[in-house]
Amino acid sequence: MIFVTTGTQEPFDRLLRVVDVIALKIPDIKIVAQTSKSQYKVANIYLHDFLSPVEFNTLFDKAQLIVAHAGMGTIISALVHNKPILVLPRLAKYGEHRNDHQLATAKAFEKLQYLHVAYSEEELESKILPLIKGHMSCNHKIGKYASQQLIASLKNFITA
Amino acid sequence: MKVLAIASAGGHWIQLLRLMPAFEDNEVIFISTHKSFSDTVKGHDFFVVPDASRWNKLRLIYMGFVMLKLLLRIKPDVVITTGAAPGLMGILAGKILGARAVWIDSIANVEQISLSGRIALLFADRTYTQWPNLASNKVYFNGNVLS
Repeated sequence: MIFVTTGTQEPFDRLLRVVDVIALKIPDIKIVAQTSKSQYKVANIYLHDFLSPVEFNTLFDKAQLIVAHAGMGTIISALVHNKPILVLPRLAKYGEHRNDHQLATAKAFEKLQYLHVAYSEEELESKILPLIKGHMSCNHKIGKYASQQLIASLKNFITA
Repeated sequence: MKVLAIASAGGHWIQLLRLMPAFEDNEVIFISTHKSFSDTVKGHDFFVVPDASRWNKLRLIYMGFVMLKLLLRIKPDVVITTGAAPGLMGILAGKILGARAVWIDSIANVEQISLSGRIALLFADRTYTQWPNLASNKVYFNGNVLS
């Protein structure tokens, strides 16, 4: 199963549209998406408008691949659950975000090999297949909390 | 110490929760923009403020008042936020009321500190970035919310 999430803030129809098309090419793989305020009507995938945190986590756990916007909440969740994640950054030129910081975030984390990035819809399609076949892994896993260094620094500040 | 921890819904909140061990041994109170998030900080006091951004000035002012009213009641010693606009209002209200204020810029900001972060830098007692290349003599880098 592929879990697609666009975050809870703004719609991201470009991602839904391309995944809806890709779904026809991989009919044996179930695709479940979570989005909000979407205009685009999906035809080939399962769609949820709102998911409780529990439902969200269940889908996240079951998924073999996460396909998402480059939001930090989703990226951190993928790293915690040790799930391969492919992100399509939201772009300001399509009105998907107020600026292109998701592009910068995606590039920085790609460099660390924490995630895979699709810089276009075409690239999303060409990267999904090798990812679900397990040919491109993403094995970085993080713990539950921030780095010791940051925790210690904050602790010192609070008690000072 | 009474610590007030503030973050908007979504990635900001997820980053704030990852700082939990830093708050232990203190009384911690949380503020966010969605009531369902109280489930993730069970056992702690939790308050909701309306969400707002700099793109809606009227709502921003309203949220600022709600925040100030809440802080008058809570009387925190330290206010910590991972963003965004509500957190900025929260640390500003905190400073006005004599608390110490900490801004932790989101790990999403890799090329420059966010605008809210640059405003926070003007009055916060401490400002952190999560990327070493953005550290300066005024902006701390001490690791990040990942581990």
